[in-house]
Amino acid sequence: MTVLLAATAAALFAIGTYLILQRQLSRIIIGLGLITHGANLLLITSGRRGRAPLVGEADPSLMSDPLPQALALTAIVITFAVTTLLLALAYRSWLLTSDDDVEDDVGDRSVARGTGPDHELRDQMESMVAGEDEPVET
Amino acid sequence: MSWLVPVPVVLPLIGAALAVLVGRSRAAQRVISCVILTVTLVVSVVILVEVDSNGAMVAHSGGWPAPLGISLVADRLSAILLVLASTMLLAVLIYAIGEPGAERNHVGFQSAYLVLAAGVSASFLTGDLFNLFVAFEVMLTASYVLLTLGGRAEQIRSGMTYIVISLVASSLFITALALIYAATGTVNMAHIAERMADLPLGITSAFALLLIVVFGIKAALFPLFFWLPDSYPIAPSPITAVFAGLLTKVGIYAIIRTQTLFFPPESQHGTLLLVVAALTMAVGVLGAIAQDDVKRILSFHIVSQIGYMVMGLGLFTLAGITGAIFYIVHHIVVKTTLFLVGGLIEHAGGSSRLTRVGGMVRTAPALAVLFLIPALSLAGIPPFSGFLAKLALVDAGLGASEWAVVAVSLVVSLLTLFSMMKIWAGVFWNPVEDHSDDEYDAPPLPVGRLGGPPFMVLPTAALVVCSLAISVGAGPLYDLAERAASDLLHPAAYIDQVLRP
Amino acid sequence: MRSGRPLGEDDSPLLDETVRLAIPVVLVVSIYLLFAGHNAPGGGFIGGLVASAAVFLRYIAGGVPSRRGLMRLPFEVLLGVGLLISVAAGLSSLLLGDAFLEAWLVDLDVAMLGRVKFTASLPFDLGVYLVVLGLGVAIVDSLGREADDDSDTAVESGEAP
Repeated sequence: MTVLLAATAAALFAIGTYLILQRQLSRIIIGLGLITHGANLLLITSGRRGRAPLVGEADPSLMSDPLPQALALTAIVITFAVTTLLLALAYRSWLLTSDDDVEDDVGDRSVARGTGPDHELRDQMESMVAGEDEPVET
Repeated sequence: MSWLVPVPVVLPLIGAALAVLVGRSRAAQRVISCVILTVTLVVSVVILVEVDSNGAMVAHSGGWPAPLGISLVADRLSAILLVLASTMLLAVLIYAIGEPGAERNHVGFQSAYLVLAAGVSASFLTGDLFNLFVAFEVMLTASYVLLTLGGRAEQIRSGMTYIVISLVASSLFITALALIYAATGTVNMAHIAERMADLPLGITSAFALLLIVVFGIKAALFPLFFWLPDSYPIAPSPITAVFAGLLTKVGIYAIIRTQTLFFPPESQHGTLLLVVAALTMAVGVLGAIAQDDVKRILSFHIVSQIGYMVMGLGLFTLAGITGAIFYIVHHIVVKTTLFLVGGLIEHAGGSSRLTRVGGMVRTAPALAVLFLIPALSLAGIPPFSGFLAKLALVDAGLGASEWAVVAVSLVVSLLTLFSMMKIWAGVFWNPVEDHSDDEYDAPPLPVGRLGGPPFMVLPTAALVVCSLAISVGAGPLYDLAERAASDLLHPAAYIDQVLRP
Repeated sequence: MRSGRPLGEDDSPLLDETVRLAIPVVLVVSIYLLFAGHNAPGGGFIGGLVASAAVFLRYIAGGVPSRRGLMRLPFEVLLGVGLLISVAAGLSSLLLGDAFLEAWLVDLDVAMLGRVKFTASLPFDLGVYLVVLGLGVAIVDSLGREADDDSDTAVESGEAP
């Protein structure tokens, strides 16, 4: 059982990592969701198995360990909140640029190309400021 | 006195709630935030004095004794960082209030800022590994809001990178927690430390590595630093200043705390940390040299400076960890100041790009002084605080016969000086090079004798005085850091205080 | 039963009525969960989520304007008051000389209600309930309004959202 859960967590991590390496924001967010699920599953796996840990429901020696469950619940809530924030940002990004690709950092790109960083950056910044009305072409 | 320990966490939360409630009045919000952070600072100082004279203070929340409930522990290291953090938060808040545009347009700024303060305090004070995760998340969530407040396209882009990286780090943190809980059956840090001693070497060694990676992402260690120079410069300067001064340092604090408390000497990765430290220093400073924007240069320097702190830890000697703590104290003050000055430069010159501004030594001589002192301090020029901090580290490195990392740290100091001089020349000495697009940048504003609005200049000047005070009071401060380091190297007292009060 | 809001062209009367019937039930369940949370599955967080679900239902059936009918309180007040109540519940035990967040017990005989017994975790949970509900309302208010505006403008300018 533990092996099965651990293998599931591993699979979730693997798929999540693959998705995070994509360019589209929507895939990245789904990938993050999978990775955090994997981590939470691992947290659940770390405790003892058994009956529901409710007073009077079962003999305490047969109960599962409630602490990792409480921790996982907290972690789920936190990652859920951050994922919601990411979705809101992705939506905002889509409103501004009408695509959901992650763009390179303009400063990095200009340094990498070795071109005069100033002009490149200025053009990019201008198109970003103008991006309220027209999509940035990259 | 142990009832004081939760106060630095709870007070900012009350402030955040009040700031939300009085959202219609900016003036009321400002008064609330300033009062709350001032009281927090006073409480932190009281905690530091108390802890330094009577030993660590432990508060068991809910009245549950140590391994069961969540303990809040203030020892010397936590208390020192708490005082620094509250000072920085207060100074930057006043700066933000003084800066036109940074905060006045956003209802949520004060609340998010106070929640950030609560998260930072909680990270320093918690004695529970899972609670540390929660405190990190409180702090990070507030920082996501502060970074993207305004919703401009560039903010969204860099904020996205920042959030994704942080979330990956948090998932790894949960993974580490799950494995540590499975192996030790506890999340109380003192209790983990006690049980970790019984585990096989391979497992503790793997845990040590996992925690270095988790906190290394937050602290921007090589090779996990790439998100930092990408996201920090985009935020308004007071927010960047607070991020630069505090957030990465919370990561460093977590590395120091977990590595010294949990792991017996034979499972510590001293050499690995030294290699990482040298690479972090070198890559950070090389990145800084390649940039031509004040905020980006300073952001790369954060990475470079983190290397020094890790170098101190990697030595795992009393002198090394003392040096690291002293360096953190110096760095938090100086780095925050530099970013605040960067904001003032942007304000006075209409841009933070070196080619766009110039000649400020004439137009804003006060700024030149405010920049020069922390810049020289960062580069390690005597008699400023950076010199003393680096001297302590180099001395510790020589004492431990780690020649290579000492050599790297000295070369990096030289390169730091070079890149500070680049800012100095570009901003203060050279004439403006590029007039071609003056209509695009905000036109330079009349700055007056102070070099900016008084409420922006005064907190900056106060922090410069702070950094000078560090070099003046270096003796007692070094002794305090040494006592803190000695606590860290002998965790038995900490464990006893938490588990057996 | 009608709330006085005229149904729009896209609104489904079936959904509208179902939601109208469901919302009181959902709210009662949420309050049950809030009180049960002391020693049974439930609590302020999950209760607040269920109450937020009522807000979401209302939004799905009728868009942002109908949300006002259900929840006239501005979300800032819910968030602020909720956070204050929770923190005050934690601090109250400090005033009694106990540890931070330590629970105290109230055991009263109230006329008409009989014996009332609760601990400090109830006000704490109530604060959490209000914060979560406030966030639910805030999400509908900010994201929902924007989405509504977009679809309106998209329809006007003749392009798909």
